[in-house]
Amino acid sequence: MLVPVEWINDYIDLSDVSTEEFCDRMIMSGSNLETCDWFCTDAENIVVGKIEKIEPHPDADKLVICRINIGDADAEGKDENGLLQIVTGAPNVFEGAYVPVALSGSHIPGPLHGQPKQEGGVKITKGKLRGVVSYGMLCSAGEMGFEDKVVPIAHREGIWILDPEVYDGIEDKVGMDFVEALELKQAVVDFEITPNRPDCLAQVGMAREAAATFGRSFQYPDTDIQNENGEGASSDYVSVEIKNPESCKRYVARIITDVVIKQSPWWLQKRLMYAGMRPINNIVDFTNFVMLEYGQPMHAFDIKEVHGGKIIVENAKPGEKFITLDENERTMEGDMLMIKDAERSIGIAGVMGGLNSEIEEDTKTVILESANFLGSSIRTTSKKLGLRTEASARFEKGIDPNLAEAAADRFCRLVEMTGSGKVCKGSIDCYPNPEKAKTLDIRVSRINYVLGIDLSREEMVRMLEGLEIKVEGEGDIMTVTPPTIRQDLLEEEDYIEEIARMYGYDKLPVTLPKSNTEAGKPRDRELRDLARDALCGMGLNEIQTYSFVSPSGVDKIRIAEDSWERAFVRIINPLGEDTSVMRTVLTPNMLEVLARNYSRNIETVKAFEIGNTFMDNPINPDKLPDEDYALCIGMYGKGCDFYALKGVIEELLENLGIKETVFVAESEYGVYHPGRCARILVEASDAMKAAGEEYEELGIMGEIHPDAAANFGLDGVRVYCCELMFGAVARKAKTEIVYQPLPKYPSTSRDIALLVDEEMEVGKIEDVIREKGKSILESVRLFDVYRGKQVEEGKKSVAFTLVYRDKNKTLTDEEVADVHESVLETLKERLNAVLRDM
Amino acid sequence: MQDQLNKILEQAKSQLETATDRAQAEELRVKLLGKKGELTQILKGMGKLSPEERKSTGQMVNGVKGQIESLLENKFEELKAKAKEAQFKVERIDVTEPGVRPKLGARHPLTVTMEEISKVFMNMGFSIVEGPEVETVFNNFDALNASPDHPARDMTDTFYITEDVLLRTQTSPVQVRTLLKQKPPIKVISPGRCFRCDTPDATHSPMFHQIEGLVVDEGITMADLKGTLDSFAKQLFGPETKTKFRPHHFPFTEPSAEVDVSCFKCGGKGCRVCKGSGWIEILGCGMVHPNVLKVGGLDTEKYTGFAFGLGVERVAMLKYGVDDIRLFYENDMRFIEQFK
Repeated sequence: MLVPVEWINDYIDLSDVSTEEFCDRMIMSGSNLETCDWFCTDAENIVVGKIEKIEPHPDADKLVICRINIGDADAEGKDENGLLQIVTGAPNVFEGAYVPVALSGSHIPGPLHGQPKQEGGVKITKGKLRGVVSYGMLCSAGEMGFEDKVVPIAHREGIWILDPEVYDGIEDKVGMDFVEALELKQAVVDFEITPNRPDCLAQVGMAREAAATFGRSFQYPDTDIQNENGEGASSDYVSVEIKNPESCKRYVARIITDVVIKQSPWWLQKRLMYAGMRPINNIVDFTNFVMLEYGQPMHAFDIKEVHGGKIIVENAKPGEKFITLDENERTMEGDMLMIKDAERSIGIAGVMGGLNSEIEEDTKTVILESANFLGSSIRTTSKKLGLRTEASARFEKGIDPNLAEAAADRFCRLVEMTGSGKVCKGSIDCYPNPEKAKTLDIRVSRINYVLGIDLSREEMVRMLEGLEIKVEGEGDIMTVTPPTIRQDLLEEEDYIEEIARMYGYDKLPVTLPKSNTEAGKPRDRELRDLARDALCGMGLNEIQTYSFVSPSGVDKIRIAEDSWERAFVRIINPLGEDTSVMRTVLTPNMLEVLARNYSRNIETVKAFEIGNTFMDNPINPDKLPDEDYALCIGMYGKGCDFYALKGVIEELLENLGIKETVFVAESEYGVYHPGRCARILVEASDAMKAAGEEYEELGIMGEIHPDAAANFGLDGVRVYCCELMFGAVARKAKTEIVYQPLPKYPSTSRDIALLVDEEMEVGKIEDVIREKGKSILESVRLFDVYRGKQVEEGKKSVAFTLVYRDKNKTLTDEEVADVHESVLETLKERLNAVLRDM
Repeated sequence: MQDQLNKILEQAKSQLETATDRAQAEELRVKLLGKKGELTQILKGMGKLSPEERKSTGQMVNGVKGQIESLLENKFEELKAKAKEAQFKVERIDVTEPGVRPKLGARHPLTVTMEEISKVFMNMGFSIVEGPEVETVFNNFDALNASPDHPARDMTDTFYITEDVLLRTQTSPVQVRTLLKQKPPIKVISPGRCFRCDTPDATHSPMFHQIEGLVVDEGITMADLKGTLDSFAKQLFGPETKTKFRPHHFPFTEPSAEVDVSCFKCGGKGCRVCKGSGWIEILGCGMVHPNVLKVGGLDTEKYTGFAFGLGVERVAMLKYGVDDIRLFYENDMRFIEQFK
């Protein structure tokens, strides 16, 4: 909401308040500042001039030589007659025109025509144009720093022509500083208006806020029509019928006759320009001006295009075609509210008028519409049509129906003041259910309780009355009646907020809650934090990727058709296919990140992500999917292989108290190399065991299948990944530590090397050793796997260290030998593992 | 005899002087003191002497022997020290060569930021609670007092799964879940992911993180809200930090406020980070709207509360000077490793 400081001073005298203080205090009373821009501060040595003579340029068809009267102004290049020679290419100059003249050595705030805006403006010096000296430049509005969208239609292309009809008294200002003559230097404050305060989308609304903030009185605009001297009464010209009173709460119409379409006076044009709107002609400008002033959108119809003397407010015919003012044909739907005459549609209610009833140069009689349409109805229409206008934006947020009449009167007063037409007697006012203010009882004690302060009733009453809220009652109870413009004041809390902001948030005391609580976090989160610390400690970097992914990710990692990984939760309105489904696994994102780093020549990457995965679950009562955390590890480069990854997983799981993990070879899962993939299992819970399951799966790991790696641009790169289901991990985790006393008796170790078939898994050998050694075996550790010399083809040698210990005594050689022999025998019997000489 | 002994002693002295290693010294020891050594020979030959002579000769010989022994001992010590010195010289290394580092991994900068913020609140007695990323429309909007036509509900703003299920646009639905589950005193924060239909650019991301806070108890006031967040800001950004509470509007709190902190880069003088204003907006907050408390079935006359929410990416960007939000989701290792 753009608030030109000059405009707001029309209603409240803030002349002694600096712009900075104005902004600061408005912010603290609830009007948040977006920006505060100053206009024409960079202007220097630009004066009002009058073009006395125009001659053609001897060497250029598109240029002319102007001789300019700049009065007493001191300038380089004045000739013997005191005139200044300036060459221009602007098409709209004429002899006798008053114009802004940037003298040689001057500074213009805006950019030169057709160039981008420059910080600090542009310096103008004398120069030659095609051989003719020009002692300065005639300025356009753009060159004075105004954005193209606010430059008046009258001089949109070319020099800013100062028509004496518009710029009252300009004839006497020749030679005067242009910025001073037009009073251009001022600040425009852009306030952020929160959705609960549509009343502030108006200069009057902001003036009301400023009055309350500064504790000053303010003056409503002049709506006092002096002479209703148009021929006949408004009701003689037109009748209004509301066929859909739910969507149209009020419709006020007034008639203006003897309309003269011309430019608005400069003071009004200026206010529009600084508030961000383009002056067009008086009638259109007045509707815009009153909309900006009151927040009430209005529309003017040319009566000769309103057939049958009738205005009917009713819904469109489904499929109806209608051409709006912007010359676009639109297809209407049955729930869109239209303004019609006796025969046809002439406007889309609250959104945009029709091309068929537009105000034109020759318009003589105008029907002014000042109506109130239901916000939600306008919102739907505007959204469906993709057409958002200043009017629709205001209606959407809600407007007080009681504004319609005052706004119509204000329009008429402007017409009268500027000699733009004659106002007919009376108005047509269809207002079936007048809006009344909502009276409410609120409590002084409650307000103090919530805010933690101790204000007196008197102080509160003063603050509320400053906001035009009527206060009655006595004692603790304040019976409040807000102005109907304040549609947001419905409950006690709304008033608590009013008192808080009028008192000043900065003045509220600072205390801490007295509640006694202890910090804690969910166990699941605690475990995730532990896992993160463990993985970082092992040198892995944490990554975070989007929860929504491309459905093609599972194709790229070669997930089989009909797999659970494809049971996606889908977004109805995604930004794009790439982010259209919720992830079921983290591996595709991990590979994408690894590939991105690989493409950036990062040699080695070890990374992990802990993140949510989503599975559709139609039987959930709240229709939400199942969400579970997954933990994904990915690595490539130096020191990365299957066992490096496996070691990280083993250490991680052990850190979470999961010691008895089993890795089982898996060759069917498409994501991984069929010879280098393992499922990670743990002993099943009792419940699962009862159901016949020996093991429970925690996840899967391995070397990524080369085809899958290639799908991510990791051709020929060995990539290792793991995906753990963190929910399962969390259920198995044991974080309490149980101390084991240190051994009192010595251990004995035996190293053995076994010759086995190439296919024999180390895990199987270890299982046998553990089973047979059980009574005194403390640990078994693989320390070598050897193939080659002295080992026949198809065989391998695996070497282990076995440590024996008895907790309660020192073992004798015989005791160790008994067990050890039985281990070796069983290995030979069951696995054909033969002891080799070491 | 005395002359002979003196000669032996002098000889031993000069020979020891020139001995450069242990072997030479040992050879000398054997030559002098060994079984066939010169002094031993003299002692052996003493049997021929009279008891008086034997006594005096024995004393003389033993005197010289003692002297030689201590000379030898000194020599051995000296040689040992020399040998050690020589060994140290050989074993000297270049201490400026790089160390062999077991590399630590780095937590993601958003994790670092969230943990830092969480730690501050946990120190003030807040517990962490969590909620799902896919939420019901009820929890995300209805229960949070958002009007049925609130613009944030639009499909242009919010991602939907079905008409009733969406990707949460804020962490505030965790307020609702907490109120439905827990009785006062409630003092919780909830970090998590949120989603809005924003096309990614340097300052927008369709997915981002928030930390929500909720305090509900008897007698909680707006002054408590100010105190809590002021203390938080001082703990996170430094004890000199000042806070400014500006009126604002949120559907689920009233009165509502936005909080600015004095710029931690320039201390409030005005710089690029704070765009010259000296203040940086970091969070939104307010007194919990009674309509929200009612969802949890609380007596709104008895219980009051406050809630707040802050954007994690925003804090991280400000704290670390990261100028493009997309960097957080690119996961370039060179970026992440800076946050160890």
